[in-house]
Amino acid sequence: MSADPGDRVRILDEDGTVVDGATVPDLDEETLVEMYRTMRLARHFDERAVSLQRQGRMGTYPPLAGQEAAQVASAMALSPDDWIFPSYREHAASYVRGVGLDRTLRYWMGDERGNELTGLNVFPVAVPIATQVLHATGAAWASKLSGGGEAFVCYFGDGATSEGDFHEGLNFAGVFDVPAVFFCNNNQWAISVPRERQTASETLAGKAEAYGFEGVVVDGMDPLAVYQATSDAIADATGEGRNGEDGRARPTLIEAVQYRFGAHTTADDPSVYRDDAEVERWKRKDPIPRLEAFLRGRGIVDDERVAAIEESVRAEVADAIEAAEGTERPKPGDMFDHVYAERTDRLAEQAADLEGLCERHGDEELLE
Amino acid sequence: MSTQKPDTQNLTLVQAVRDGLKSEMHRDEDVLVLGEDVGKNGGVFRATEGLYEEFGEDRVIDTPLAESGIVGTSIGMAAYGLRPVPEIQFSGFMYPAFDQIVSHAARLRNRSRGRFSCPMVVRAPYGGGIRAPEHHSESKEAIYVHEAGLKVVVPSTPYDTKGLLAASIRDPDPVIFLEPKLIYRAFRGDVPEEPYTVELGEAAVRREGADVSVFTWGAMTRPTLSAAESVADDGIDCEVVDMRTLSPMDTDTLLASFEKTGRAVVVHEAPKTGGLAGEITATIQEEALYYQEAPIERVTGFDVPYPLYALEDYYMPEDTRIEEAIRETVAF
Repeated sequence: MSADPGDRVRILDEDGTVVDGATVPDLDEETLVEMYRTMRLARHFDERAVSLQRQGRMGTYPPLAGQEAAQVASAMALSPDDWIFPSYREHAASYVRGVGLDRTLRYWMGDERGNELTGLNVFPVAVPIATQVLHATGAAWASKLSGGGEAFVCYFGDGATSEGDFHEGLNFAGVFDVPAVFFCNNNQWAISVPRERQTASETLAGKAEAYGFEGVVVDGMDPLAVYQATSDAIADATGEGRNGEDGRARPTLIEAVQYRFGAHTTADDPSVYRDDAEVERWKRKDPIPRLEAFLRGRGIVDDERVAAIEESVRAEVADAIEAAEGTERPKPGDMFDHVYAERTDRLAEQAADLEGLCERHGDEELLE
Repeated sequence: MSTQKPDTQNLTLVQAVRDGLKSEMHRDEDVLVLGEDVGKNGGVFRATEGLYEEFGEDRVIDTPLAESGIVGTSIGMAAYGLRPVPEIQFSGFMYPAFDQIVSHAARLRNRSRGRFSCPMVVRAPYGGGIRAPEHHSESKEAIYVHEAGLKVVVPSTPYDTKGLLAASIRDPDPVIFLEPKLIYRAFRGDVPEEPYTVELGEAAVRREGADVSVFTWGAMTRPTLSAAESVADDGIDCEVVDMRTLSPMDTDTLLASFEKTGRAVVVHEAPKTGGLAGEITATIQEEALYYQEAPIERVTGFDVPYPLYALEDYYMPEDTRIEEAIRETVAF
């Protein structure tokens, strides 16, 4: 079972020590510090986001605590032109790819404009499970047909591997050799249903065999291992990697074994379906102290640097919250703007009806 | 007598599909076709015949047998900048792709605030009357019309088929293009060799008349015209309007016709309850009540699962039922 490290790719052990025989990825010190800082930022953001929801300042929110290494380190392995196709929990991966925290907050505050990611190679969040696997496959396929050269990294969870679209997406990807990396955040729980209930397969990565390409199990709470596994998979996807003797691009399925420390969403109470001992056991694998210990051991950070990072992280999240809450609400008529390239007559009519309604009654009466 | 003009071809509706695909693929190299059996086999109805040989395996793609996969990957392709034209072999098999169509194709533009669009045309043979097995005869246009962000087109002539398909492929939004397979080969019509478009969202008045308006589309257009001719012998002057695009619907033409005649019959193969005849009737009630001279009649399929073919002729609206409804409306 996936609860204990077996064959998985690992570079750091739970204390942040490099495991025997492992090679640390070739990253400069500042990049390693950036990785650490971004993970801390994601953790703090997550805590504040949950708190905003509890205070009624934000809607339902899916927390990511415990999954920072998988998100941050994988996204850092991409080149600028590469793309990510996130599910709804990839706030940290999206941040790495340029999505400001204020945008993520606005999205979860119910403002569609949070999903407006012009200029960023980030696909909009997909809420229905596994559906984005096909979009990533299709975009990767289109890139291949057009000679684009980009890699496409698609994120989804363990539950998604039970969906038909997961199967269809990976099957198409294998048949047409598309430049995609399928990154499964196996956080052990699909809301209340454990990993064991999703499949009798020994690993999720093992499913790749059925699609004719490689599957890799990586310790998803080890940022250096995640970075390495994703870099290798991207190289394979673009035909520059280990399979590249004939220059043939191949997709990879990465299973990043990790744990969701918190609830599925703020609407969920995990104490109903899992016990504290399990959570505590996984918390010992927390990726943030692991990377910190590694960096301290190498003399890359010290107390002072860590304190400075903590301060900058708090300031950045506070600014993002202020920016998100300070943004004017969308105008009611905005909902009609992007249904089609041009408003149809009927939409124009309905927009005018709503405008008239607002003028006659005002928000106070309408939203009562 | 066919007096074929120069530079036109006399084609069946399914040949016009093929011709439309071919001319758009020549016009724009981003257009590609994908689906089950569309490549070497040329499609089970021959709608893509010869395209594989002409455009190669990267633009006419035989896919694994997976409808959600075909539509879902097309969404990714469209977002990337291509113009995919996925074929679903029969519209009765679109349901595995339904989530991708309604949850993503229809919403991608809105979700991304206009950054991404989904210029994709999902083609599918639809409708009954060909003695087919279960799931091969349904008319489900209403469920796609109900979905904001989709356009829905049903051609009824070879000329319109090529022009509407070209307009759909060039359209920046996703189009569900439902091809009435009953009339795939029922008759021929002149189709220009040159590329051209028939604009989406415009109905066509197929027969002008003063006494009653009959609104229909697809395979029902022919029996409706035939019924109109029959009642003409008794002095009833029918106007027949082929809606062609069901979303967005051409309410201007609809209302102009009704305001002229004051009476309406709506004919569709799809079941009555929740069908588009209700939508058309409600639109008339909202916009043209004072012109109304008689209750609006609906001639539709029944609210039953589409019957196997021993009974399908009872299910499908045909001349007699349409005629009867026209007479009742006029007699009121």
